[in-house]
Amino acid sequence: MNKILWAVLIGMGLLAPFVVYPVFMMKLLCFGLFAAAFNLLLGYTGLLSFGHAAFFGGASYVTGYLVKSVGLTPELGVLGGTLSAALLGYAVGSLAIRRQGIYFAMVTLALAQIVYFVALKAPFTGGEDGLQGIPRGDLFGLIDLGRVYTVGGSPLGLNLYYFIFFMFCLGFWIIYRTIHSPFGHVLKAIRENETRAVSLGYQVERFKLMAFVISATLAGMAGAMKSLVFQLASLTDVSWHASGEVVLMTLLGGVGTVLGPLVGAFTVVTLQSELSSVGSWITVIIGAIFVVCVLLFRRGVVGELSRLLKRPL
Amino acid sequence: MADYILETRKLSKEFKGFAAVSDVNLQVERGHIHALIGPNGAGKTTVFNLLTKFLTPTAGTILFNGKDITGEKPAQIALKGVIRSFQISAVFPNLTPLENVRLALQRSTGNSHQFWKSDRCLQKLEGRALELLDQVGLSGLAGEVTGELAYGRKRALEIATTLALEPELILLDEPTQGMGAEDVDRITSLVKRVSANRTILMVEHNLKVVSTLADRITVLQRGSILAEGPYAEVSRNPQVLEAYMGSEHV
Ligand SMILES: Nc1ncnc2c1ncn2[C@@H]1O[C@H](COP(=O)(O)OP(=O)(O)O)[C@@H](O)[C@H]1O
Ligand SMILES: [Mg+2]
Repeated sequence: MNKILWAVLIGMGLLAPFVVYPVFMMKLLCFGLFAAAFNLLLGYTGLLSFGHAAFFGGASYVTGYLVKSVGLTPELGVLGGTLSAALLGYAVGSLAIRRQGIYFAMVTLALAQIVYFVALKAPFTGGEDGLQGIPRGDLFGLIDLGRVYTVGGSPLGLNLYYFIFFMFCLGFWIIYRTIHSPFGHVLKAIRENETRAVSLGYQVERFKLMAFVISATLAGMAGAMKSLVFQLASLTDVSWHASGEVVLMTLLGGVGTVLGPLVGAFTVVTLQSELSSVGSWITVIIGAIFVVCVLLFRRGVVGELSRLLKRPL
Repeated sequence: MADYILETRKLSKEFKGFAAVSDVNLQVERGHIHALIGPNGAGKTTVFNLLTKFLTPTAGTILFNGKDITGEKPAQIALKGVIRSFQISAVFPNLTPLENVRLALQRSTGNSHQFWKSDRCLQKLEGRALELLDQVGLSGLAGEVTGELAYGRKRALEIATTLALEPELILLDEPTQGMGAEDVDRITSLVKRVSANRTILMVEHNLKVVSTLADRITVLQRGSILAEGPYAEVSRNPQVLEAYMGSEHV
């Protein structure tokens, strides 16, 4: 993809808080990263995980706990949450990759439900209420992430925004790099024809496990970021709904495309906030939009665009 | 004594009591093109799956270069230099032919686990990949979508991908199956060309191809070896004529 496109996207990201409500923008970034991490597995390795909320939500609890109860600085909190997702990803991945197709999805779902149960019952997770009032703290003990600047009469939490934007760029860059690495090419081969990859001498279990851990780690990073943005770690983010939502975002935007998951996540999150007034009908409406999109654009929005332009996006 | 690159001893495979392969003692001489023939369902593909460990034998041993490889995993067998093709063409359909071959070349670079490195380091493999594609007559199609190629071309690509790994022993499962006469000729001469300095074990139905290529033939019937020897000898064996060749014999 060309440099101009990237420059434009980064420029938009830098200017966004002056145009869009920053908290909303940060929510987009968190879910965008979550979906991009998920897509590394579904789109580039051909593995459908139905338990990615365990990493996203799990990490948000760990970060929340580290920052609120242990008193770590936010960057260490995010680091801790991310690492916990990596470990959990290693454990879940090791068990799940022994199975194929739908059984793989079922193992991930079952293990994610255990994480949900822990989040509900453990003494340090706040049960039904979750962890509330997580402080944003001072970055490196120096920069107050809670600080609000008044720009043109409106209060903007720019410190937090740029921290989150930086983390997003870092995570997204790691995913982009992975996709376009020698390793990423082997992942695509496994997605395309696993037995052939084996017969060429690739030990596919190792590749799948590595992909799973990378994906879980970055999904965790997204969750860790989210807990700072909303100052909350809640059951919603570890529930199977969240696991399903990320599948939906990815399919909607375009599975196996670099930008698709971002487009999908932005679309779903925007719809959810625009339509929040209609109450519980929202699920039905988003479901209907999803069905229409899948029927019209089988490869997702970006997938179809990429086919029209005859270039990978 | 002849130099055998591959030997099996009493190799057997049962599927729920059904003996698909029983007591097969196969000996493949280094440098030969060895054909494995037999009627449909004789167990030829199963033998290939056992040799490459895609299936685990019920009994018996497999020796490669004199070493017991019966306990190895499929990827390890490949790393030792035994590369197979599949009866149904095995390519990476959404990648280009160039990428297909490059994936095979990439394996020996040892950078396949490096997810932090740019794939620009793979560019240096492209020259060799194009050479290999050229060898099988596909250099003009290097950038196409593999899935959209004609069947015969996919099989040719499969051979190019296999060659990229510099295998000592190539197993080809019906490389000319479902092809028109022209493609059959092309694949035949291709196999002949690539057999220099290599050993090839191939399953083949087309007896013309077998008679042109094979140094030695093993006939399999209902999981057991019925006859073995040079084409001229085997094709005169009355049991073989009755069981398999029949009127097809030319
Ligand atoms: N995975 C399997 N499970 C059960 N039976 C099998 C399996 N694979 C092959 N068979 C049986 O073993 C026999 C030999 O099959 P195969 O090796 O494919 O024959 P060939 O390649 O010689 O045509 C057939 O009867 C087939 O139905
Ligand atoms: Mg067969």
